[in-house]
Amino acid sequence: MNAPAVRFGAAALFLLLALPPARAWLEATMTRHMLVQIPLLVAVGVLLGGGLAARVRRALLTAAGGPLGGLTAAAFTSTYWMLPRALDAAVADVWVDAVKFATLPLLVGLPLALAWRPLGAVGRGFVWTNLISMLLFVGWLYVAAPVRVCNSYLTDDQAQAGWAMIQIAGLVFAAWFAALFVGRPRDAQRGAIGDNGLRPTPASRGQPLFR
Amino acid sequence: MRIGGRDLATTAAIALLGVAVLSWGSDGFTAFTAEAARRRQVLAEPRPLPAVGLEDQDGRRFSFADYAGRLLAVEFVYTRCDTVCYSLGAAFKQIRESVPAHRLGRDFALLSVSFDPVRDDPPRLREYAGRFGADGVHWRIARPADAGELAALLAAFGVVVVPDGLGGFEHNAAIHLVGRDGRLRRIADLDAVDAFVAGLERET
Repeated sequence: MNAPAVRFGAAALFLLLALPPARAWLEATMTRHMLVQIPLLVAVGVLLGGGLAARVRRALLTAAGGPLGGLTAAAFTSTYWMLPRALDAAVADVWVDAVKFATLPLLVGLPLALAWRPLGAVGRGFVWTNLISMLLFVGWLYVAAPVRVCNSYLTDDQAQAGWAMIQIAGLVFAAWFAALFVGRPRDAQRGAIGDNGLRPTPASRGQPLFR
Repeated sequence: MRIGGRDLATTAAIALLGVAVLSWGSDGFTAFTAEAARRRQVLAEPRPLPAVGLEDQDGRRFSFADYAGRLLAVEFVYTRCDTVCYSLGAAFKQIRESVPAHRLGRDFALLSVSFDPVRDDPPRLREYAGRFGADGVHWRIARPADAGELAALLAAFGVVVVPDGLGGFEHNAAIHLVGRDGRLRRIADLDAVDAFVAGLERET
């Protein structure tokens, strides 16, 4: 897909998510809020990053402190929106929700997209393992918690969200693990030869080294 | 991945900002849920209550201002509830029995407020009073006289009511203490009745 089409996709997805009926439906249950709406808002940022010119991507990533800075911004921002209190506030107050709609694409999805290649195989592995452990930890917490953590959501809903997180963690792990070995051998190779993302090696452009 | 000095400095600044925001959003890493935050806020800064008209199980009209100068324990219920509200009713009964008889009415009163005012008319409130042994004087069961004022009342207390899809509700059930000055001062768990009653002695 070309860049304008990707940017258009990002904008369309964002507007769709921001439609009042979509917002109301997605935020009506904890499962949809945490595991559908929030990931899709992050996806908006990822798409946006993919739709930017290489020059803009480099400038933005440099300003954000390189791949490590981008990853740090994404980690803190996503952690904030995992706080049960932040979810409750987003449901109760439309302005808090507006902040959520702005920060998840711009401070999680976009920096992840910009930092993804430069991160290298080790950095990407860190992101995946971090995601899996976070899903497992929060999921287990929600299943085992004796109290309702969100005033806006039912106890059953909390347990359901917890189980869904554990299942997603399993799926993400399986997919990541499979990709390491069978799916995309070039990915592993790319990290191994020291890809810094700023000056892509032929391999990291997806071209064979020898023709 | 190569990391330069400038990148490291920027990353450190982002991390510091991140920690600051997380700390701000959780009251210094102490309140991760809205319920914990509500309890802290009330303790730190007792909240004034709105002048909402209430109607009790005998159809008498009153308001929170009528309790000025006394301590008032408030719970939120709906009379069809038989799960958490049952624990609430039981907790309130336990409080009533633990408070010295000479304080009841004179210095301390209990009030159960229904957040389902359309269904919970005075006869239903009376039936609820009977179920838990509320006398209707020192422990009244009430509903907002005007259902339109319910939202303001719940917002003032920080109570969130969610329909459970089966015709009932779930809510952040707790025991609320309104001080002699008419402000919401303390919020306690249902199973912390002893501590709640002991705390009454410390209220000025």
